Amino acid sequence: MKTPLRKSMGAALAVAVALTTVPAVAKDTVKIAFIGPLTGGVSAQGLGGRNSAVLAVALRNQDEDAAYTYDLVSLDDECKPNVGVQVATKTAADRHVIGAITHYCSAVAMGAVDIYHKFGLPVIVWGAVLPDITYGNDYAEVHRVNGTMINQNEVAAQFMLDHGYKTWAVIHDTTDYGKGHNKYFSEFLTKGGGEILGTFGVTADQRDFTAELTKIKDLDPDVIYFGGLTPLGVRIRQQMDKLGIDAQFQGTSGIVSESFVEGVGDLAEGTVAFREGAPAEKLPGGQFFLSEYETAGYDEPAEAYGPFAFAATNLLMDAIEAVGPDRKAVTEYLADIENHESITGPISFDDHGQNTVAVITKYVVQDGTWTVWEDSAYASGDRALARP
Amino acid sequence: MDIGLLGQYLANGIILGTMYALVAVGFTLFFGVLDVIKFSHGDVLMLGAFTGFTAFLGLEFVGVTDPWVQVLVVTLVAVAGTAFIGAVIARYLVLPLKAAPPLNILLITLMLGTAIREAVRLFYPNGSNPKPFPALLPDASTDLGNFTLRADSVILVAVGLAVIVGLHLLINRTRLGLAIRAVAQDEETARIMGINYTMIVLVTFAIGSGAAAFAGIMNGLYYNEINFGMGLLLGLIGFSAAIVGGLGNLYGAILGGFLFAALQTIGAVALPFASAYKDVFAFGVVIAVMAWKPTGLIAERTSDRV
Repeated sequence: MKTPLRKSMGAALAVAVALTTVPAVAKDTVKIAFIGPLTGGVSAQGLGGRNSAVLAVALRNQDEDAAYTYDLVSLDDECKPNVGVQVATKTAADRHVIGAITHYCSAVAMGAVDIYHKFGLPVIVWGAVLPDITYGNDYAEVHRVNGTMINQNEVAAQFMLDHGYKTWAVIHDTTDYGKGHNKYFSEFLTKGGGEILGTFGVTADQRDFTAELTKIKDLDPDVIYFGGLTPLGVRIRQQMDKLGIDAQFQGTSGIVSESFVEGVGDLAEGTVAFREGAPAEKLPGGQFFLSEYETAGYDEPAEAYGPFAFAATNLLMDAIEAVGPDRKAVTEYLADIENHESITGPISFDDHGQNTVAVITKYVVQDGTWTVWEDSAYASGDRALARP
Repeated sequence: MDIGLLGQYLANGIILGTMYALVAVGFTLFFGVLDVIKFSHGDVLMLGAFTGFTAFLGLEFVGVTDPWVQVLVVTLVAVAGTAFIGAVIARYLVLPLKAAPPLNILLITLMLGTAIREAVRLFYPNGSNPKPFPALLPDASTDLGNFTLRADSVILVAVGLAVIVGLHLLINRTRLGLAIRAVAQDEETARIMGINYTMIVLVTFAIGSGAAAFAGIMNGLYYNEINFGMGLLLGLIGFSAAIVGGLGNLYGAILGGFLFAALQTIGAVALPFASAYKDVFAFGVVIAVMAWKPTGLIAERTSDRV
């Protein structure tokens, strides 16, 4: 029982630290919130993000130079827009909450940003990638540390074309998220000379894809591109196999998750996907983050967007340290963020509160793990993708 | 379109149709015997799938790893457990309300369905997350041109159709079936003839719920995934199938199930617009059929129910 022991040791350590460093006057407590999908199909991502945010707060609370003690409230948006709007309203309406780190799912974030604006709650998005979350409005309260799906799809299209693929079939979910992926990928792909044989919109909770996939089998594309999240990705990949389709399977950042590999099993091998930002271990503060995360002994992995949640939480706390627990002041402070140090690299917000994340990482599943393309046996030529 | 692909569409449709028909059969049985619409049927199906999944985890725990034994035990436990729950629902929720307006039963079972769904979500360990249902059937496959035939799909369809035929024989060829038909036709006369009314109602609900559990297991084995919300759409589709076919008529339920699967497949394949609208298309046709034949394609005759 390694984990509980570690946890209790960590707790004991925290208590010991707290006991030795309690100042004469207790610090004020400031409430901040984390919102993400803690249950449901993409909960692995949400829990990884939540743990990373909890870790950031725990580390800050151990820091005796910090002006405040932070209290993190974690809320579950279930990756459903209707639930997301409820918890967003609950959070924003609570005047004690100074700021929030919000949303992995783009469809949820799209519904929630209006609420944050209305209540004047400064938020930093930690995982949702739809451009419109920051670019579709002029809300000063909304910021994002991770990149958007535009760059991701540009690199994805170019990469696949460079590997000699000619024809695609596109499946996307019909939420804003899936439609966005479809739009940007199709744009970049046709510009680069690729051909899309068919595009299929599917609902976000669909179980049976055999009709769509049989039609795709008839079209016989080199690649099946899927713009959507892990649960659908798992089902589509499994049903491809049931129908004997041997096309290359290409996903987006939405399936870069350990739960995809767990769900699909051996069939995951050779799946490619793209994500903005460098992998955790290659980030400037990646080693520090990963070792702290390991020490804290969480039950779930940090997942692809954990480092962004960690960076977003720290940025929010930095803002509160600088200007005090006041929503307006924090919003103003965040507007001028320029080269702010973080474990994901320097953060700079543009006019829309969007951080510039230039690096796109290409992933391929090799032996059950998402491996950076350049480090994989596929890049070295030892293994080959389907139908290169 | 080449013949292989046509075969593939047909095979996909048959699997879906078998599942829908199994759900629709339950609706039609309940309506035939008791004149009630049990809206919790889809969630009972989900409960069956989770019962089977729990049985699988139990088998793994005690070290039984032979897939054939596993699939047999999983199915038996799920069907028996869910049949029992179905009978309990009939005894304590449906029968006491028999004299009440039908709307009350409809509402009660609608709420019961929500209660079952939320109970699994909240109380089953990690119940809000999808569960990977094990692939227990052999996955060998042969390619016939563009048509990939998989052993597990064939077994599922064969067993599913066998269950439907078995139900048909049970209703039409056995003494129990005779009693069920008698109760369906005229409750009071059936009582006078010495038929144990309560027992027949309970057995009917057990049979319908068992069939739903079987559909749930089939669903899990085919998609390799179950979740707490899986019964919602299946229940709705099964209900529509039963209505379109003719509520109260066993053949109608089967016809309705396959018709709905065919509509979904056509909606996804043959229509020029995006496949996102396939459910809209299928339900739209259902509405049209109901406007055309309000009593269903195979209309129920009062003298020939169930």
